[in-house]
Amino acid sequence: MLERALKGSPGYWKLLISLLIVMGAGVICYLLQFSEGLKITGMSRDISWGLYISQFTYLVGIAAGGVMVVLPYYIHDYKAFGKITILGEFLAIGAVIMCLLFIFVDIGNPVRMLNVIMYPSPRSILFWDMIVLNGYLFLNVIVGWNVLSAERKGLPYQKWVKFLAYVSIPWAFSIHTVTAFLYAGIPGRHLWLTAIMAARFLASAFAAGPALLLLLCLLVRKVSKFDPGKEQMRTLGGIIAYAMILNCFFLVLEFFTAFYSGIPEHNSSLVYLFAGLDGYSRLVPWMWTSVFFCVVALVLLIVPATRRKEKTLALGCAAVIAGTWIDKGLGLVIGGFIPNPFHRVVEYMPTFPEIVICLAIWATGFFVITILFKIAISIKEEVDA
Amino acid sequence: MYDGGKIIPGLIIGLILFLSPFIYNAGKAGKAPVPELTAKAKEAKECVAPKAYMTAWHMQLLDNWRHEVVRDGKRYFDTNEDLWWDYSLDYRLLESWRRLTTAGDDRAPGKPGKIYYKSLQATCMDCHSNKSKFCDQCHDYLGVAPYCWECHVEPKENN
Amino acid sequence: MAVDRRKFLKVAGISALFGLGGKTAIDIFAPGQLEASMKNEVPLVTKEKKWAMVIDMRKCLEQQDKEKCKSCMLACHREHNVPEFGNIKEEIKWIWQETYEHVFPGQHNEFIDEGVNHKPFLALCNHCENPPCCRVCPTKSTWKREDGIVMMDPHRCIGCRFCMAACPFGSRSFNWSDPRKAPKDLNPDFPTNVNYPTRTKGVVEKCNFCAERLAKGQVPACVEACEKIKVHALDFGDLNDPDSEVRELLHKRYSIRRKAQLGTEPKVYYLI
Repeated sequence: MLERALKGSPGYWKLLISLLIVMGAGVICYLLQFSEGLKITGMSRDISWGLYISQFTYLVGIAAGGVMVVLPYYIHDYKAFGKITILGEFLAIGAVIMCLLFIFVDIGNPVRMLNVIMYPSPRSILFWDMIVLNGYLFLNVIVGWNVLSAERKGLPYQKWVKFLAYVSIPWAFSIHTVTAFLYAGIPGRHLWLTAIMAARFLASAFAAGPALLLLLCLLVRKVSKFDPGKEQMRTLGGIIAYAMILNCFFLVLEFFTAFYSGIPEHNSSLVYLFAGLDGYSRLVPWMWTSVFFCVVALVLLIVPATRRKEKTLALGCAAVIAGTWIDKGLGLVIGGFIPNPFHRVVEYMPTFPEIVICLAIWATGFFVITILFKIAISIKEEVDA
Repeated sequence: MYDGGKIIPGLIIGLILFLSPFIYNAGKAGKAPVPELTAKAKEAKECVAPKAYMTAWHMQLLDNWRHEVVRDGKRYFDTNEDLWWDYSLDYRLLESWRRLTTAGDDRAPGKPGKIYYKSLQATCMDCHSNKSKFCDQCHDYLGVAPYCWECHVEPKENN
Repeated sequence: MAVDRRKFLKVAGISALFGLGGKTAIDIFAPGQLEASMKNEVPLVTKEKKWAMVIDMRKCLEQQDKEKCKSCMLACHREHNVPEFGNIKEEIKWIWQETYEHVFPGQHNEFIDEGVNHKPFLALCNHCENPPCCRVCPTKSTWKREDGIVMMDPHRCIGCRFCMAACPFGSRSFNWSDPRKAPKDLNPDFPTNVNYPTRTKGVVEKCNFCAERLAKGQVPACVEACEKIKVHALDFGDLNDPDSEVRELLHKRYSIRRKAQLGTEPKVYYLI
């Protein structure tokens, strides 16, 4: 089936080539990082995790979001989603590949990466994260590929494929729960030390993942003969709306506990993020922009008129992605380190090579997604004909 | 052959590329490595283990040492006790005979042998302080660049 | 019983070490223990011990008032080839000074004693009994030894920096670049200790309670430096030994530890 990726319109090739150029720039910057060390990034002794890990955290959410089309189809027999489960699975594959790449570029000694496998440490959540992420990638590749081949041949897929599809549903929940556990059990970082970290992660995942999937489906409808379907988009819109409401609700809950209790440890990170602390306020405009996007998203997604019109639904999804990306991709990880354990504020500013590497990894993910979607769409177009 | 005009030259070019390292280095045999011992090393007569063992297994010895020192806290090496079972059978037989027939030798089994502090910098390089004339001789010849020296401080040489 | 020359030299050498180390060395290591530990089956200098440090801030602050004393920090950093980068982004520090209200952020109040307010307090790895950094390490490159020291294995560390995120005390530093490429003007005679390795880029490092010195029967470099200048603000010893100096100090005077409410059980005690 891979040969279907080799035939495409000029637009398709232009996209792939521009993505490859960005990826190439990233490779050059990474070679610089490999030889000079992570000092070329903006991370410091106090902010020891920066853009790389925050992107990884966000993308695990996107990967988990694919389950929001798989679950209704397999468990609730919502046949309409059968058309797009493959797209959800392929989006998950691209997202997990991006996650693994972000971890790889963040590691200080990547040549020793296999130490995580050679010296397993079950007490470390990072160990479990490695297992569940790779397992999820494996599951999606196998299930997606087999379902698509079966569709192409016009045959029903085998029972073991369905079994693996069922396994992938709780597994999707687990990948983001485990990633949340990376943060939620750390005693010294009070922005992260909340019981609802996993719940927040899942809620934002189930808003952002399907939102990205919806936007990609609308794009697919525009550039190919395959139509993911109007009903599917509406249902997806509904799912995104509920998930986004939950996500914003959880954020309000955090604020309440932090500020009503008045405990400085609990609220100083939020104060830094939303108002500035000790005169440092670099992330404040970002966080309020995120709030703006979340509000816009909520309005567009809750009001039935705007949710049912695809143009405004698309805008709402874009706002969901923008809002959740800033909140999780910037605010959470970086905010967790501020103020530092000595209650001092040291700020973080990503450097140019760091940003290029991030863009290159995003480009890699979209490269993978483009190719996989091309294969899926061309097969579906063929089957529909 | 169909397309023979393209295949045969292609094969020849491929073969030349494949053999290019040998063609490039033809006639330029590298000098065989001759590791030099320092005066201190010559005086000590034997390293922490017999020469044959050290030549073949020094990397494994250092690997074990770094695990035992850092992770197990076992910082001292006894020439009699440790490694005995790593030596070859014929060596052990010969050595056992030698110890039985030589009186007063500190390498007798059961008696504590020489104790060394397990340290690449402080023990090994203390005797073999001429790294460029000793370690590097074989390493450079074989194109081996152990990354130990990224952290472990090389002994200062006067040349 | 006949003593051969080698044995004589061994005993003489160790006695000399004891003599140089002063009272504290003998306090820590019972006679015969060090020699026996060279037998190697069990590292006896660390068996059943629970190493801890007691910092008498009264004595330290007295010295700070006289001169801006940095003896312990310099001794530690020189002993372990810790490079100086001159900026807070890349800095590596094993033991350093921070003001009282930042070392004990929950303890500060508006009307606090002028003797501690804004004064420089020492901060270092607390070698917790229940260390979160060891829990999160995915390769076990940092672990708690039987004797309570939280060790770093720089051979195995992959540089994921999870331990740095997990440490509630900010005790850990990362080699963002090759330490040997640190600015030459700030590190004129680097490496300052040719008997100790440097680290490579991409690994985490922190205070290790001078485990390599303890194995030889010496006290940590910072403790020795403080003794040399006769301030005696740093005390190091075995919490499992009821007669040790550290236990005596903790018994006689009120001590606090950093962020004790987090349950990590730090073993660095501060006498105010």
